Amino acid sequence: MTEEIIIAGFGGQGVLSMGKILAYSGVMQNKEVSWMPSYGPEMRGGTANVTVIISDERISSPILNAYDTAIILNQQSLDKFESKVKPGGMLIFDPNGITRLPARKDITIYSIAAADEAGKLGILKVFNMIVLGGFLKLKPLVAPEFIHKGLEKSLPARHHKLIPDNEKAIEVGKDLIQPFTPAD
Amino acid sequence: MGELRLMKGNEAIAEAAIRAGCDGYFGYPITPQSEILEYLMAEKPYEKTGMVVLQAESEVASINMVYGGAGAGKMVMTTSSSPGVSLMQEGISYIAGAELPALLVNINRGGPGLGTIQPSQADYWQSTKGGGHGDYHLLVLAPASVQEMSDFVKLGFDLAFKYRNPVIIHSDGAIGQMMEKVVLFDPIPRRTDDEIKKQCPWATVGKTPDRKRSIITSLELDPGKQEQVNLRLQAKYRKMEAEEVRYEEIACDDAEYIFVAFGTSARICQKSIELARAKGYKVGLFRPITLYPFPVNPLRELSTKIKGILVVEMNAGQMIEDVKLAVSCSLKVEHYGRFGGIIPTPEEVTENLISKVIGG
Amino acid sequence: MEKTINKEQIRKPENLVYRRTPLLVDVPLSYCPGCGHGTAHRMIMEVIEEMGIQQDTIGIAPVGCSVLAYDFLDIDMQQAAHGRAPALATAIKRLWPDKFVFTYQGDGDLAAIGTAETIHACNRGEHFTMIFVNNGIYGMTGGQMAPTTLPHMRSSTSPYGRDVEIMGFPLKMTELITHLPGTYYVTRQSVHTPANVRKTKKAIRKAFENQKLKKGISFVEIVSNCNSGWKMNAVQANKWMEENMFPFYPLGDLKVDGQIVEKK
Repeated sequence: MTEEIIIAGFGGQGVLSMGKILAYSGVMQNKEVSWMPSYGPEMRGGTANVTVIISDERISSPILNAYDTAIILNQQSLDKFESKVKPGGMLIFDPNGITRLPARKDITIYSIAAADEAGKLGILKVFNMIVLGGFLKLKPLVAPEFIHKGLEKSLPARHHKLIPDNEKAIEVGKDLIQPFTPAD
Repeated sequence: MGELRLMKGNEAIAEAAIRAGCDGYFGYPITPQSEILEYLMAEKPYEKTGMVVLQAESEVASINMVYGGAGAGKMVMTTSSSPGVSLMQEGISYIAGAELPALLVNINRGGPGLGTIQPSQADYWQSTKGGGHGDYHLLVLAPASVQEMSDFVKLGFDLAFKYRNPVIIHSDGAIGQMMEKVVLFDPIPRRTDDEIKKQCPWATVGKTPDRKRSIITSLELDPGKQEQVNLRLQAKYRKMEAEEVRYEEIACDDAEYIFVAFGTSARICQKSIELARAKGYKVGLFRPITLYPFPVNPLRELSTKIKGILVVEMNAGQMIEDVKLAVSCSLKVEHYGRFGGIIPTPEEVTENLISKVIGG
Repeated sequence: MEKTINKEQIRKPENLVYRRTPLLVDVPLSYCPGCGHGTAHRMIMEVIEEMGIQQDTIGIAPVGCSVLAYDFLDIDMQQAAHGRAPALATAIKRLWPDKFVFTYQGDGDLAAIGTAETIHACNRGEHFTMIFVNNGIYGMTGGQMAPTTLPHMRSSTSPYGRDVEIMGFPLKMTELITHLPGTYYVTRQSVHTPANVRKTKKAIRKAFENQKLKKGISFVEIVSNCNSGWKMNAVQANKWMEENMFPFYPLGDLKVDGQIVEKK
């Protein structure tokens, strides 16, 4: 099994930390992982993305041009990465702020209104975990107990009190995600 | 098994330095490698192992602090990225000339000039052909994973002391910034003062009555004597060439064509192999791990069994010169490079192998 | 005629009035006759001998006339790249904090190419000693203008005298670093008369003793001559130094025990 994922959105949306928690959870489950961020000034307020690969085998390239799954959190990232999903692959997007909806018919598309839901529940800080929950429902690459360990390892000790909120958000995401059918 | 962690390549360098028993780190911030100094300052090894960590006023000061520390027998290092490493070249030449052990790290970024902060391999010539003035070589290690970033810190110090020669870890912003699983080696205690004095009788640790004074210098005004210094250095480089070549072959057993690539490019080529083999091409990868000494003989041997080579680098064609020398132009050797901070995709690498080497 | 002693008596230990410290290696110095470097070397080595710290001392030689200082001083030494002695000394002192570490630098080394290293080592409050020999000229390369060359002073690169409007002003590095919080002892001395030699030796002793306190840089400037570079004989050079250098670079303490000495 090898899953090649791009997570992309605005800087500040928790794109990199979502990827890190996923990757660290993979490490805890004894998978091979890589986490390759875009870095530099573009991260501050601009677009941010991270390529996460989780595999049972030694990982070849940590930098990719085609992905099994794209997790998309803003319009620029949708425009950039929709075409980079492998045929038969998966695209997850949060419709918040999206004006041009995804259109491909050769991939499976899901929408998750994580920003709206996080706002309603007052858990904006863990918005990214709602999205991760939606992804994990569709592709349960890592078991919940390893997600817990991944959170422990990824978050600094002073934030460990937030782990229950993170886990709750993951559950919220699992219920929230739904199939999306592109318009003809 | 050692401790398992998910770490950035830069963090792995820093953690490995502490664990290797490093005595001193001297550095100056520059993207994309500032995490090394940040990690060390956060870890406060000066409270744990006694390792000195100092943010210097410049790369020039950093490398000269390393020169001083190395002359005093200590296990010292600095890290930087391309423009900063250019600034250090005078000091590196002094360290090589004075025959001192030191570990250097270059997390390459695109150039020339201030260039870009994105990954590059454009400093290959600088690392492998000397870099500063005078006839000298660094021993050059090219990690292709975060695991190797950690492992090569220890290996680098071992080789530096074995040869009394500076060793450089030649990496790039992609490996510096990416996170992978690392198995960290168990911490090695720093050497005691007595161990240092025993291991480094040449060091400036204070002249005792039982020995002549230690003088660390690269100056020799008599050209006859200076030539002897050069001959001694060259003999050392021949020994490295005979004993320290390191490389990896991936999927080469049945290969008809190979990529030759190091570092991040070698990782991309591994994916390109998958893509090429899916199309029915028998493709492998030869990955030099020591860029100096370059694995001349293993590559020459492999070249007799294959039909063509694509050298893949994030530069305009630097290592290809060493590849051509190694195979003595006995088969087709082409180059594919992206530069200025652009990383080639696995797909375009495969396409270029097919168009330039297989089909061409 | 009063009491006289013969050659044999002179050689008796009880009649000894001077001997070369054994820490000065018995080889011909590479310095020009009349140059102050030899005396400055001797003062440092006498201090090291009297303190009994030969086996705990590490010296840093610069680029300049004293590039070969390690040939003359019987202690462990490292030769630095031009201007970088304070960077080497910083690392060595931090890595061997109980050793006595000193740099020995000229004005081109310390106040031109090594300005950044000098200021930052002083400002960080490193615990080593800096000996700064200021003769207002580049001696080794043949008498070019230095950062410390006086206004109107001639050199091979200011052949009509230093025109400050074109060539800039001389840099008073010692005054500059006095005001940095990391310096603990700053003084300016000379070695052109026996009285001054004694004062310089006292200053060097204090500068080395201070290393035990770990309170920052101890900095001894020695205003010296360069009769070759100045195109004078030794006597003329010392006279010229008194008349021209000392008014611009006045002798005396600038900072003692961390306190700036107020001018009277």
